[in-house]
Amino acid sequence: MIPEALKITLQGRVETAITSREAAVDVMKVLQAHYGWLTDEAVGEAAELLGLSPLQVEELATFYEMIYRRPIGKKVIHVCDSISCWCADCDGIMAHLKERLGVGLGETSADGMFTLIPACCMGMCGDSPAMTVGGTPYGKLTPELVDEILELERRKG
Amino acid sequence: MTANKKVSMELPLFKHNRPNRSVTFAEYREEGGFQGLQKALSGMSPAEVQQSVIDSGLRGRGGAGFPTGKKWSFVPRDLPGPRWLICNCDEMEPGTYKDRVLLEQNPYTLIEGMILACYALGVRHAFIFIRKGYEKAAENLSLGIIEAKKAGLLGERIMGGDNSIDLDLHLSAGRYICGEETALINALEGKRPNPRSKPPFPAVKGLWGGPTVVNNVETLANIPAIIANGPHWFKGLALNPEGAGTKLFCVSGAVTNRACFELPIGTPLGEIIDGPCGGMRDGKKFKACIPGGASTQFLTSEHLKVPMDFDTVAKAGSRLGSGGIIVFEEGCCLVAATLNLITFFARESCGWCTPCREGLPFVKEVLERIEAGRGEEADLGILREHVKYLAYSFCALAPGAMAPLEGLLNHFEDEIREHIVKRRCPFKK
Repeated sequence: MIPEALKITLQGRVETAITSREAAVDVMKVLQAHYGWLTDEAVGEAAELLGLSPLQVEELATFYEMIYRRPIGKKVIHVCDSISCWCADCDGIMAHLKERLGVGLGETSADGMFTLIPACCMGMCGDSPAMTVGGTPYGKLTPELVDEILELERRKG
Repeated sequence: MTANKKVSMELPLFKHNRPNRSVTFAEYREEGGFQGLQKALSGMSPAEVQQSVIDSGLRGRGGAGFPTGKKWSFVPRDLPGPRWLICNCDEMEPGTYKDRVLLEQNPYTLIEGMILACYALGVRHAFIFIRKGYEKAAENLSLGIIEAKKAGLLGERIMGGDNSIDLDLHLSAGRYICGEETALINALEGKRPNPRSKPPFPAVKGLWGGPTVVNNVETLANIPAIIANGPHWFKGLALNPEGAGTKLFCVSGAVTNRACFELPIGTPLGEIIDGPCGGMRDGKKFKACIPGGASTQFLTSEHLKVPMDFDTVAKAGSRLGSGGIIVFEEGCCLVAATLNLITFFARESCGWCTPCREGLPFVKEVLERIEAGRGEEADLGILREHVKYLAYSFCALAPGAMAPLEGLLNHFEDEIREHIVKRRCPFKK
């Protein structure tokens, strides 16, 4: 269950919306940040806040790439695999990450720190190959730089 | 010719840019920011603002190139109830990052442009729909909106007059189809963002059933300079006689400087690559490019003289699209590049209609087979047929996806055939 204070904040967001469901993406994002991912409980809570059925929330939750309906690690690594990054060997970066983290796509490293997910174009085409780690963008990647970033992001926790 | 024009011209979009930081509200105002708005509110009727935009020849910068003033004119003037303006900042077309660069440098031209558009259209409440991953742009806009409100340029009774305008941000959660205007409207309403059928067009029945205009970031950001300097000034910025304004070209791939440049519309493709882009990377040779984001056809070395404007690129068999130029060098396999593009579209299909949901994965499979050396001569016919079949989709996603494939078939059929005959990718060592 979410804390009362958070519930009040979210109710406030819903009230300022033109129709309640307009706030759906904002509400899902906040609940996801609270639980780490959008749990079944969170779907139920979002539905109640928005005046929707859990199924209506589910059809939104499963549509968006950055709403996670499965447990994820502490930080998600999204590696862009669209055309500009492909030109800059994103396949090599992805292979390097898989090896370093010991995971396949969609999997989480054994220490629970990183989940590796491919992503569509992030608008960082001028700095390709690119990825985000826990929302922080990184560009002009090389395998060496990727190692440094993993180290840095691990230390930041 | 290009160089001279560049020195003497005032850039509508990048004029206020600072190196390595965003321009501040105070700097923007000092340098003439919000003068377009001042001019409109102190002496122009909404119809006159709209007429200026029509006369300027401004065409939609999101990809379709539809004349902006004409789009505005489709909104019925006499319908009761609220009407809406939405800025489309769901920039997810692979190879496109111009709106991000623009907003990270300067959120104010967009804010001023939206206030002007609201005034022209009689809109009380407007939204900016921003993709996931553009948090810096969103932050700039949030701060910009607060400052504009404090200065009396947004909110109740702007500049002390009778017009009140609210501007809100909607932060999305990542999905390419949200850039399609009717899907975007569903997304904004909190519905599953499948596209809606047209007609009715959003100009008549859009957001919450009201008349709605959806314009791209770059389109709206051009409005302040058009109003401040006049439509003829704007037209004169173009290099080609039928063009109007500048264009943001964001370049990626095999060039030396991969960046976003504001250049006169109509600048020839080859001049962009050899000029601001500093030529090909590592002395490589130009093979082809995609001129306007993932859903446009390949252009080849035959096309380097083509002026980069909507009609001229269309005449060359492609589209100016978003201005996202992706450059490929000699030795790059374009079957593999097309496979990458189709993989993107197959993943991003919203699944609403059958030709797109089923057709794209099938085309992807055929290309995978060819790239892996297991293709057959008949596959060429299958691919050509699907270019036609996927035109029967519900929205423009699948036909857009077929553009690079059609380009591959038109310009690089020999390359596909070589994969089939040799039973391997000829570019792989």
